[in-house]
Order: sequence, then C-alpha cells, then structure tokens
Amino acid sequence: MGYLIDRRQNSKNKSAVNRQRFMHRHHQEIRRSLTEKLKTRSITDTDTSETVKIPTKKTAEPTFHHGRGGQVEKIYPGNQEFDAGDQIARPEGGQGGGGKQASDQGEGQDEFAFEISQQEFLDLLFEDLELPNLTRKTLAHNDEFKRVRAGFSTSGSPANVSIIRTMRAASARRIALSAGKRSELRALLKERDLLEQEGLADDDTLHELDEKIIALRERINRVPFIDDFDLRYHQTIRQPVPRSKAVMFCVMDVSGSMDQSDKDLSKRFFILLYLFLNRHYEHTEVVFVRHHTKAAEVDEQEFFYSRETGGTVVSSALNLVQEIITERFPLNEWNVYVAQASDGDNWPDDGHKCEKLLTGLLPQLQYYAYVEISNQDKPLWQTYAPYQQQHPSLFAMQHITGPEDIYPVLRDLFKKQAA
Amino acid sequence: MKKQQPISTDSDWNFPLLEQYEAAISKAAAAHGLDTFPNQIELISSEQMMDAYASVGLPIYYHHWSFGKRFIHTEQAYRRGQMGLAYELVINSSPCIAYLQEENTLTMQALVIAHACFGHNSFFKGNYLFKTWTDPESIVDYLVFARDYISKCEARYGEEEVESLLDACHALMNYGVDRYQRPHPISMAEEKARQTQREESLQQQVNDLWRTIPTKDQPEENLGEEPYPAEPQENLLYFFEKDAPLLAPWQREIIRIVRKMGQYLYPQRQTQVMNEGWACFWHYQLLHDLYEQGLVSDGFMIEFLQSHTNVVFQPAFDSPMFSGINPYALGFAMMCDIRQICESPDDEDRYWFPDLVDTPWRESLHFAMANFKDESFIQQYLSPRLIRKMRLFGVMDDASKNYLEVTSIHNDQGYQHIRDALAGMYNLGNNEPNIQVVNANIRGDRTLTLVHRMFNNRPLDANSGNDVMRYIQRLWGFDVNLESRQDDKLIQTLQWPPAVEIKPELDMAAVAIVI
Repeated sequence: MGYLIDRRQNSKNKSAVNRQRFMHRHHQEIRRSLTEKLKTRSITDTDTSETVKIPTKKTAEPTFHHGRGGQVEKIYPGNQEFDAGDQIARPEGGQGGGGKQASDQGEGQDEFAFEISQQEFLDLLFEDLELPNLTRKTLAHNDEFKRVRAGFSTSGSPANVSIIRTMRAASARRIALSAGKRSELRALLKERDLLEQEGLADDDTLHELDEKIIALRERINRVPFIDDFDLRYHQTIRQPVPRSKAVMFCVMDVSGSMDQSDKDLSKRFFILLYLFLNRHYEHTEVVFVRHHTKAAEVDEQEFFYSRETGGTVVSSALNLVQEIITERFPLNEWNVYVAQASDGDNWPDDGHKCEKLLTGLLPQLQYYAYVEISNQDKPLWQTYAPYQQQHPSLFAMQHITGPEDIYPVLRDLFKKQAA
Repeated sequence: MKKQQPISTDSDWNFPLLEQYEAAISKAAAAHGLDTFPNQIELISSEQMMDAYASVGLPIYYHHWSFGKRFIHTEQAYRRGQMGLAYELVINSSPCIAYLQEENTLTMQALVIAHACFGHNSFFKGNYLFKTWTDPESIVDYLVFARDYISKCEARYGEEEVESLLDACHALMNYGVDRYQRPHPISMAEEKARQTQREESLQQQVNDLWRTIPTKDQPEENLGEEPYPAEPQENLLYFFEKDAPLLAPWQREIIRIVRKMGQYLYPQRQTQVMNEGWACFWHYQLLHDLYEQGLVSDGFMIEFLQSHTNVVFQPAFDSPMFSGINPYALGFAMMCDIRQICESPDDEDRYWFPDLVDTPWRESLHFAMANFKDESFIQQYLSPRLIRKMRLFGVMDDASKNYLEVTSIHNDQGYQHIRDALAGMYNLGNNEPNIQVVNANIRGDRTLTLVHRMFNNRPLDANSGNDVMRYIQRLWGFDVNLESRQDDKLIQTLQWPPAVEIKPELDMAAVAIVI
C-alpha cells in the first residue's frame, strides 16, 4: 500500500538559489548582453521581461568525451533500401544522423538565451548606482513609524503574553505566599523526626503533629499555580523613523535649437534616470521643469511628450528651481538633486546670470548633474565647467552624442562612491 | 471473471480515486509477483517538476550554478512549448518516491502509477546493478548530509571556493566509479561516524606519501624506481580524494560526495533500455488486467493506449522526428518479445533461444530484469524477429573513408552483428573515453600523467578535454598530462598548464627525438 502526499503547496522555488548562482556566475556576460541591448532599443520598453544571451561556451560544463574521428558503428531503425555493403555519401555535419546528443543541453547553439524578469533587468541596469550625498534628515511631518519592544506590562492582548515572564512572576508569587508556611512545615517535620527518633512521643502527640502537617500542606497547595495577577505582556511602542527624502529636479531645454533627436536623447536620459530613482528611493519626488525662454513646471506626461519651441534662457529654469525649493522643499527636510539636459546653447547674456544663480543654488544641493547633447563644448558647458573643478563631489557634467552613450553616462554620473 | 464497476468514468483526478487506483494496481502487481519497495507518491505542480528536473530528479540536492542553468533551460523550453514535462519522475530510494504531475488526467495518473510505482520500483529493487551500487534505504539521508555539509563549507570557506571545486568534480563525475571493484553499501550512521575520522587520517596519509626524506638503510638507486600509483587508477575522483597532495580535508570530503552521487547514478545510465522497457511492459500489462476486471472503462483504455503508443513509438532513421533509438520502444518491444518466446515460440525462437522457449514467462522475464544491464541484455535477448520488425541496420562511420558503409541489415548474415553493434552502443566502456591515472611523479616535479586508451581510433574532444584538464590540474595542484594512445602509439597529448611555445627550429629537433 502506497502513501499519497500532496506536495503542491510546498514552495515551488526550490531552484531559486541555483538560478541565482547561475546569474551570479555569469554576471559579466549578462551585463554585457544588456548593455548591447540598450544601444539598440528604446529604454521605455522596460515593462516586459528581457531576453539575455550569453555565449554557450561560457556556460559549458566540460567532460571527457569523444570527438569526431575513428571508427564508429551505429544501429538505426527503419531500413528501407539498404543492403549490407552499400556505401552512402557522408551527410553534411559529420557522423550519422543522430546529431541530437550534441544539443540536448542547449549546447550546440552558440548562445544560451534566457529570460530575466523586469526586476532583475533593473537590478542589473542600476547596479552600483546611487544618489550621491544622500543624508538622513529628520522630518517634521513624519508618518512612518516602526514598532519597537519596550519592556513588559501587566496588561495587553493574549497574543503578546510573555510566557517566561509570566511563569517567573507566578513562581515568585508562589514562593512569597508560601514561604512562611513552608518554614513552619519544615520546623514541624523536624520536630516530628526528633520525637520519633528519641521514641519519647506518644501516639497522640504524633497524631496531632501529623494533622498539623497535613493542614499546612493543604494550605501550601492552595496557593494557585498561576493567577491573573502573574500575567505579563510584551509591550511595544511606536517610534518615528527618520527617513531620507529626496527630490529630483529634471530640467530640460525644449527650445527651438533642440532638434527632435536631441529631445529624444534627453527624454531617454530622463526616463532612465526616472526608472533609477523610482527603484532606489521610494520617497523620492520628481519635479519636471522645462524651459525655453521661460521655464515652467509641468507634469511627467507633458514633460516628455509635448512640443514647444523658442529661444533659450537657462537662467529662467534655474530661477524656477530655486523658487520651488524655497517654496516647497525646506532644506532641513529634503535632499535636493538637479539633473539638467540641454544642447548647450544659451542666450549670450544669460551666462553671468546662470553663474550667479548656480553659485547660490549649489550649496543647497546634494548633487547637480548636467548632460550636454553635443560633441563639443557649447556656451553652457563653458559656463558650467569651472563648477566641476571647484565642486567635484557636487557637480558633474558629461557629453552625450548618441543613444548608446546614455547608459554609460548615467552610470558615470551616479556611480557608487567609495565609502 | 466477474466484471466489476469501473473505478471512475471521469477524467479529473482526486485523492480518493488515486488511492483506489493505486490499491487496484497494487493488487494486480502482487498477482504477478512484482516485488517493490513501499511507494510514496507525491503530487506536484509543473513548477516543482521543473525544480525536480534541475536536480536530476533528486528530492534534495546541494546548490550549484549548473542546476540553475538546467532549470533555466527547462523553464525556457517548457514555456516556449518546445518540450512537455515528464508525467512522472521516480527515484531509486526506499520508500520509492514518485512525483506525479498535477496536470495529468486521471488516466495518466493511473498509467504513471503503474509505470513508475510498480514498473521502475520493482526494477530498482530487483536489478543487480542497483542492488550492488546503491543503497536505497540511505540515499535521502545521504543527500541531506551532502547538502548540509556543502553549505557548511560554503559558509566557512566561501561560495566561490566550493563552487570551483564542485565544477572540477562534476567534470569528472563519470570517472568516480570503480567499474570492476564492487562497493559495499554502508549505512548513514556509519557514513557520518567515518567522516570525521576520515578527515584526520586522510591528511596524515597524504603527508606521509609525500615524505621525501630517504631512510638510511634504503639503497639510493632504488629511489624513484617504483611507479606511483602501483597500478593504473580508473577511479579518478577516488584517486584525487585520497592522493592529491594539496587538498584540505573538507575538499576531500566534497570530492567524495560527488563521487558517491556519481556512483548512485551509475546504474541508471547503464539500464535505460531495460528500465524503461520493464516499466512500459508492466504498465501495459497491469492496466490491461484492470480492464479485464472491468475496473476501467473503454474510454480510459483508449486514452491510455494513445499515450502508450506515443511513448513507445520509434520513428525511422530518415524521419524528421528521429533522434536516436527510443529506449522505451526498444525496451518494451524486447520485453514483449521475451514473453512471446516463452509462451508461443516458433522454430526460429527454438533455434536462437533454446533455454528460453516454453519456460514460465514471468520467471524468465524476471531473470532477465534482475541479471543484466542494457549491453548484456541486448546481447542476450535481441531476437531476429525484432530486428526484422524494427528493420535495424548498421552503419560504419570510418573517418579515414569519405563514405559511410552499411555493415549489416536484417538478414541471416546480419542478425548477430546487429546484436553486437547495438549492444556496443549501450556499452559505457565504449562510449566514454577510457582514461586512467598511470603515473604521479612523486619524487620529481609531481607531474601527473593520465592515459587515454583509445578505442577504435576515436579521439578525445580536445576543446572540452582541455577544460577538463584545467580542472584536473586544480585538483592535483601540479602539472597534468594526458596522453591518448592507440595500441601504445601516442596519438594526442593534452596538458595543463599549456606547453610553452617552442620555437620552430627547436620544434624540428623535438620531432626528431620523438621519431
């Protein structure tokens, strides 16, 4: 008679560890494969899982086996036309027709392709990246608490009963309530022993003693083993959690000098950035500011998808950023980051204004990242260049010329700083 | 026989129904005298089946990236619909654990219960290879021990260290078996007790082996004369476990674990045709028994026969579906054939199988199951009738010729040859390169020399071979050489680390010396 066991409720991820090890081992190749992919496809399709290809050679498990050559005789089924001694032209691909053995492990193909989930994709994409200079700031409006143990109390819900403490209290109470009687009992027992040993006592005295002893024992036993009074409960209290809040300003030039491909590049950069922020910091707010001659705060949809033209005055955007910070993001609460994308053009007179604004702005910021979509140093680059030298940990700038640059530049701007 | 009500007429399974089927099949099996381990039938989901695939069907296994690779591969293939999952998996343990997939219909569940829980199970219990090489009582305990030990090592010495050792061991897993020496199965308790002791004493022995200070009374010229090891060693993992000089005790223990696993899986690799054939024969027989008793309906039988036919279908060599000889088809046909030879032999059978004709078929079949492996089973029992039925023919692929030659077909001249050649295809000794340790230069630079004795001039795959040599070097700790020899003539040499480039003029000189 056999036993039937329903295992369907058992965890189904028994291979998760092994899969993880596989990913870990081939980390380099997987990263390479992803970087290749990012060059050719739009970054916005990250909603779906991703196919990763790594060279089969890297995943091979070598064994000693025969190579081609020598004499090999094989038996095949289904003979129709052959007779012993027939000679057959060697088919393409070498030995016989049974080429199946070579590929049953996915080998025999050049690449081992498999899918990773979106989560894993993003993990790999943003590995080793972080928002620099993030500091914990205490918050006035704190709505996040964690529960911490805070000793024991005599009241609480049954689920929180501390058995050890309760039993300890019960034990203490029993000892306290019965101590006097116990010493009395000990004295009586001793007395009885003495009397008995010396043989002095008559039966009545002994009997009397025995009754006393029994009565005492009963009284001791009447002390309850456990009482409401003994119950102890774990006590927890709510403690506010200091939290790191960050706000990210995305500043983009949408002026006429930015052509469609430039805008597209900046969009890609910001989308990537947005994914990165969304993932790493749950409490990150993003403010979208776009500008031509005038700057405006817009929502995400409009920021990425609406079209505008006009001249370029960068200071307008910086001004707006400053205003918004003052208005809504007190510096004692927020870590402030600014990322700016532009083609580098600026109104000639605007340079000084920008310098002034930026000098005022920088001390308030954790980080300022600027990407210029051009391959040469445009006016804005020249305006900003001194800042990079003065504040290397605060200010970073990079050129982007094509979609393939975006990911490396992002990595460069936000790479984890050595602790 | 009195016809009974069918157990079910529905196709959805539930536990009470499975229990009834199991009981009915068990009764039918007992009537045929099938001797089985107790059954433990576990219902699992398709994801769990993929997990089981990844770890060669074992319920517990240590962690290694290669199992992750296998899992990813299975998952991909399954999701894309390139492959279906097995209906069941069964492992050789006592109790015999069989996994049934939840997506099977009731008919399929009954089929796999008959196939795995009675067919394979009785094969595991009866076949001499399984009896000799495996200890079904203790395998699950051993797997637990192995997993815990390896994860302890990972915690202590680092995952990467352990992983690189396992990589090397896995490459040599098929070379961790004593083919000619029979092992003693030992119990779990003994195993554990021995392990600690082994760690200490092993290290001492090794140190002793490498003691190079000569004793005074030994004549000087005798030094370096005796070869080490005294005899060639075919069990490479065993050799490294015992004799590799630089390994730490925990590394030796891990080699041992992989070696034990290789040994446990060794009989399975040698009895594919027989094992599947036996299981197919019995599920066919047992379900027909149930049908005769009226316990299953006509609809059930139709569905069963359809699956059965798919399983034992052998496409011809020129069919696009052909992927080698189907062990289910060959095994099932041979088992049925043996029964036919016993029960209703013709003159040809009397000539070819004088010992078999007119014997009770159950005993004869049981004898065949118990005392053979694929190679000898085919050698002994492949009948001319079956060769004709399957239209088997032999093809010789000789690399020195630019054509293939048909060696024999299903006629009087060919039967014996086809039998031999087919048996040869299942001979692990022919299929795996024969590689042995012949010399460790223990008094010199400690170079290890292995010899590959070539069979039919078949060379070693050098690409993969080189990678394995790197692993061997990792285990041995010093230079390693592998010489491929055909009849003592040196054909091919692999070494790790690779030889330094020799300048052309020197090269010529070296050639001259070799000549």
